[in-house]
Amino acid sequence: MFSYLLQRMLLLLPTLLGITCIAFLIIHLAPGDPAELRAGGGLGAAGSEGLSSDKRGGLDQALAAWRAQYGLDQSLPMQYWHWLRNLVTLDFGHSFKDNQPVWSKIAERLPITIQLNVLSIVLIYLIAIPLGVYSATRPYSVGDQITTFVAFLLFALPSFWIGTLAIVFLCGGDFFDVFPPGGITSVGYSARWSFWERLGDRLWHLCLPVLIMSYGGFAGLSRFMRSSMLENIRQDYVQTARAKGLSERWVIYKHVLRNSLIPIVTIMASILPGLIGGSVIIETIFSLPGIGLLAYEAVLARDYPIVMAVFTISSLLTLVSLLVSDLLLTLVDPRITFSGRRV
Amino acid sequence: MPSSASYWRRVWRHFKRNTLAVLGLGIALLLGSIALLADVLANEMPYYLVYQGKTYFPLLQQGLHHLGIASFPVELRHVDYTQLAAERVMFPPIPYRPNRINLLVPFAEPSAAHWLGTDKLGRDVMAGIIHGVRISLSIGFVAVGIALSIGVTLGALAGYFGGWVDLFISRLFELMLAIPTFFLLITIAATLRPNIFYTMIIIGFTSWVGIARFTRNEFLKVRNLDYVIAAVAMGTPTQRIVVRHILPNALAPVLVSVVLGIAAAILTESGLSFLGIGVPADLVTWGSLLNEARSNSFAWWLAVFPGAAIFLAVVAYYLVGEGLRDALDPRLQ
Repeated sequence: MFSYLLQRMLLLLPTLLGITCIAFLIIHLAPGDPAELRAGGGLGAAGSEGLSSDKRGGLDQALAAWRAQYGLDQSLPMQYWHWLRNLVTLDFGHSFKDNQPVWSKIAERLPITIQLNVLSIVLIYLIAIPLGVYSATRPYSVGDQITTFVAFLLFALPSFWIGTLAIVFLCGGDFFDVFPPGGITSVGYSARWSFWERLGDRLWHLCLPVLIMSYGGFAGLSRFMRSSMLENIRQDYVQTARAKGLSERWVIYKHVLRNSLIPIVTIMASILPGLIGGSVIIETIFSLPGIGLLAYEAVLARDYPIVMAVFTISSLLTLVSLLVSDLLLTLVDPRITFSGRRV
Repeated sequence: MPSSASYWRRVWRHFKRNTLAVLGLGIALLLGSIALLADVLANEMPYYLVYQGKTYFPLLQQGLHHLGIASFPVELRHVDYTQLAAERVMFPPIPYRPNRINLLVPFAEPSAAHWLGTDKLGRDVMAGIIHGVRISLSIGFVAVGIALSIGVTLGALAGYFGGWVDLFISRLFELMLAIPTFFLLITIAATLRPNIFYTMIIIGFTSWVGIARFTRNEFLKVRNLDYVIAAVAMGTPTQRIVVRHILPNALAPVLVSVVLGIAAAILTESGLSFLGIGVPADLVTWGSLLNEARSNSFAWWLAVFPGAAIFLAVVAYYLVGEGLRDALDPRLQ
């Protein structure tokens, strides 16, 4: 077990290295110079055309100094090497925008994205598992068919559409004013509020984003749960359990459910990257100051250090969650051992 | 051989029994025809026009002009047809171009003049949605075409040769699975000049993993079957075995992920243009219309209709894909 864990951890490194390498190349080979963008406010060459030649010279000097400050004047391999070397000491560099350490900017935003994702995953599992069990215990009944159909529709509904509809119809526009139109705190929020007031305010703001982030997930997962249950119900051991006179309830919850949960656990790892990508859209729609919004703004502003950090952290999270779900498998299914299994 | 006519006839028979799948196919075909006929359905040029005693067919004549067959009447160049004192005129059902700006009617509510309202520049939403079908579908098809060629090639290589080739390509799969794809897309699309061809290519290059894994697994299954071993024993060249003997067998299941992939690509494209990246600012797409509703939350029609179009297209391809999956599944037959 321990050697397996070690082996997997070692395999993480080349994958992570590959991902950062790809991300680095894409960011740096793309057209658009962050120095010009910074100086011209996005105007680039068009903005500097009107400058007289001596002013242009001064600007070039300033840009060169700025590039040198961030090491952008070095060759690409050197830049990547420096980036990697700093990564070993967990240093992601400084943001181009305000020269703040990338770590502190991310640490500031991370709690909101984590709250959003953890709440979504919990909600996905809380709804999907009972729904899957309900469908599987009465397959092809009216109830099952309705659940199947609704799950299918939910799965196909684009979250950015539902998010926009929610903003238009529910968030204090011309229609209903049920939820806040975005942001993470109400106007007049103060740290002096009691803990419960602050918690309530936070939940009120997170309610819609979490719902919208998770409905696709629980629709998909409940289907998965259903087929996993149905597969197990057909097995011989279920027949045996029934034959020895166990109640149907006991058979379903004690025997079938436990075995059906095995694939559901592993799928967690594949939900996570989707949620991370989805938080870009959700955080943009609801103006939630999380990693997704930070990443989106950083991409638009060519803020390389932040973009690289987001790539690294979210791929690492995905890889680790893949590993964790494999380990969870051994907990829920004692038949699976990793000794002797090749990766 | 599954590629024989009777195999596909059987698949079609099973597909036909699934009402929802047939409905999906119907919607998909309808959307396809709208995409082909977009210029005829929503255009500011009349079909038929009598002006100063002469009869014209401006839309047809312009089409012929673009094909280089006939020339367009000089007197009708740079003419505003709505202001023309025509004796008789017949416009298309939606008499607007999607990018026709009319600053006199910004944010017009749905009415007889603008069935689905207008956006902030007074552009007709219905015309935008009709022409948006073309953009969305072409991005969906081209992106999936790219993903298909990359995925089948890599999957076939990994599945047929196994060994270190498989090991290497499988690492590549793992890498693509762990990389945050949507964020990668945003990064590439935002750094390049907005252009729908780039968007097609980027979506294609980031969505091949599913198809590749499918192909690889099919190849692993098929390559040790007797008929392949027989072909090898007879000295058939590897290339011929892969292309003529294994690929047709592996393609049927891959077809399902292709159809589902079109839905996913449409979703991705509208997500990108919803964020305002990937397509030029003057191009009206479903996502860009929806994007306008974000900052103008009173314009409910901008939120409802373009989103419904995206949903309809996605549902149609999902239904077809699911129906195809069931029809191809031998266990269900």
